[in-house]
Amino acid sequence: MSDGDIARGHIDPGLFRGLTQARLSRRGMLRGAGALGGAAALSALLTACSIPGTNQSGTADERINWTEWWAGKKQLGTLNFANWPLYIDQDDNGNSESLKRFTAATGIHVNYKEVINDVQTFYAKVAPQLRAGQSTGYDLAVLTNGWQLTEMIDNGWLAQLDHSQMPNFIANAGRDTLFPAFDPGSLHTAVWQSGFTGLAYNEKLTGGPIESFADLLKPEFAGKIGMLDDNVEYGSAALLAIGVEPTKSTHADWKKAVDWLNKLQPSVTKYYDQGYTDALQNGDIWICQAYSGDVFQLNAGGHPEIKYVVPKEGQVVWHDNMIIPITADHPVDALKMIDFVYRPEIAALIADYVNYVSPVPAAQQIIRDQLGDPAVADSPLVFPTAEMLAKTHDYYVFKDYADFTAWNDIFNPISQA
Amino acid sequence: MRLRRWRRMSVPYALALLGSAWMIVLFLIPLISQLSVSLMTGDPEQGYNLTWNFGIYAELFGPGAAVPYALFLGRALLFGGAATLITILVGYPVAYFLAFRVPRRWKTPLLSLVVMSLLVSFIIRTYMWGFILGGHGPILTWLRALHLAGPDFHILDTAGAVIGGLAYNSFPYMVLPIYAVLERIDPRTFEAAADLYASPRVGFFRTTLPLSRAGIFSGILLVFIDSVGDPVNSQLLGGKTTYMIGQAIQDSYLIQQQYNVASALSAVLMLALGVILFAYARFFGTENIEDLV
Repeated sequence: MSDGDIARGHIDPGLFRGLTQARLSRRGMLRGAGALGGAAALSALLTACSIPGTNQSGTADERINWTEWWAGKKQLGTLNFANWPLYIDQDDNGNSESLKRFTAATGIHVNYKEVINDVQTFYAKVAPQLRAGQSTGYDLAVLTNGWQLTEMIDNGWLAQLDHSQMPNFIANAGRDTLFPAFDPGSLHTAVWQSGFTGLAYNEKLTGGPIESFADLLKPEFAGKIGMLDDNVEYGSAALLAIGVEPTKSTHADWKKAVDWLNKLQPSVTKYYDQGYTDALQNGDIWICQAYSGDVFQLNAGGHPEIKYVVPKEGQVVWHDNMIIPITADHPVDALKMIDFVYRPEIAALIADYVNYVSPVPAAQQIIRDQLGDPAVADSPLVFPTAEMLAKTHDYYVFKDYADFTAWNDIFNPISQA
Repeated sequence: MRLRRWRRMSVPYALALLGSAWMIVLFLIPLISQLSVSLMTGDPEQGYNLTWNFGIYAELFGPGAAVPYALFLGRALLFGGAATLITILVGYPVAYFLAFRVPRRWKTPLLSLVVMSLLVSFIIRTYMWGFILGGHGPILTWLRALHLAGPDFHILDTAGAVIGGLAYNSFPYMVLPIYAVLERIDPRTFEAAADLYASPRVGFFRTTLPLSRAGIFSGILLVFIDSVGDPVNSQLLGGKTTYMIGQAIQDSYLIQQQYNVASALSAVLMLALGVILFAYARFFGTENIEDLV
């Protein structure tokens, strides 16, 4: 190869370039990319150096004239309904008779979505939209009472229900489901279904009935106790156990309740998020804090040895509530639905399927006579007796975030260890 | 001339554009945003504002911490480390068997078996372990029938169950990278080792194992990182003293809406994982992590 060859370009141009020119090193390249990326990230940082609080939301409940608000809304023929899985009557093809009848009666088409699996996740999804005054995509949602629901009411994120358009609700709602502690005027919520939190035990293993929270401390049950992994549940149980009405409890009471829980702690095997019903059947635990609806399902599924009991000291009732976000696109359609499910024959269809506590006492007769299902109609876990209701309490309602934090700080160390 | 030079210089940047954009959008911005959120103060009602509150790290992990997050982190690292070790001890022989001892036509079906468990939801798989290990589940029933376990012997609700669950769930992530590396080893290496009078044992430790180091390292990355941050196994299989950092992050974010706390916990978790894996890579004796992967 002569000099001439190179001059005429007979050498591979890639090699030539490599020989004559400094390569861009990997490190140099990363430095260049880093500078670019850093600039982009910095600008993102500058635009995002605060997270707006829920109190900064623009809608204040009191400032709205609700009569005018409802007068300005029309029925639009569509309803986007967010609910929990398996929480409405369904046939084998997944069609709901009650929704079918609703469409027949009102002409409103329902987009029924089973999208709520727990309140926290759903709240985390919709809170930013509600704060920004945007539609969440749902006109009606079913949420359990608790900190998140209280926040939504306090922030003015929920439409105030127009009772004048809800004749069935006013006439048929059970007196014990109206006016709960978290919504004293029933102005923002209407109960979809409710349930109790008490105790369940495996009769075969305990060898006798369990009657009270005090029984949990008996030495023979050490290592055989389960509690629910929810500080509101075990906290409320402990308040009842020490004889304090949860809705009237003070921070000092909470500390006493925690002392009781610490006394119970050596006996507890586990704080259950789910699966406590299996554990009761398996014998992993003998006694557990339990939801009434779960025990009803167990009994109906051929496990009569698992008993639900209202502890002597009392039980708490939770409500899953229908709410209409203030930004809903079809609020009138949602209001129609709320009132519709308070018709006794519709409430009966739903309660007969989901087996939780129905908000409509009149549904009991219909389930027994027309639907021919006395097992459900006569169960105190679906239609509680007056005696049970007398021992039933509401949960403590958090006043604000500081109050909620105080509860968490006091009760979290029990299950987070 | 200058233009052409600029063009030539810009080619690698252009090629890197997609990758860089990916990293910036999905890694760098979230990372910086997370770090900045951790330095905010406030509450969900009043909002959170960036106040450069570096003190939060000392508050959460210092000696006077109200909640023992350091314990939850330490426990997570311990459980994750144990699970990783188990996946190596169990996964390596499986990968070795698949790579060298199985006839070619059986490889795909057997590999599919390893991966098959991933087709079932992670939650359901973990939950089923709760049933299998439970008090009246098949394992304890047999153990009791054979008088190997007393009536009070428990597997479920213990640290062992959590570690086992973590190891089970990450098992394919250890087997696959090791298999991929073993598969590529030239079989003549073993012949050469044998020719040089290496016993099968020495041959394995002097040739096969060092050559598959990269696979083990990838497996460790996948399994360790995944296990340490996992919030599910300890919740479903653990007892009352198996609370891990992943659960703490989830609870502080979702239930208490303490975004700053959740971010700070995640940042410390990332840092701890980064330091451990980097130290491990150095300890393994290479200059560069990339040589291992």
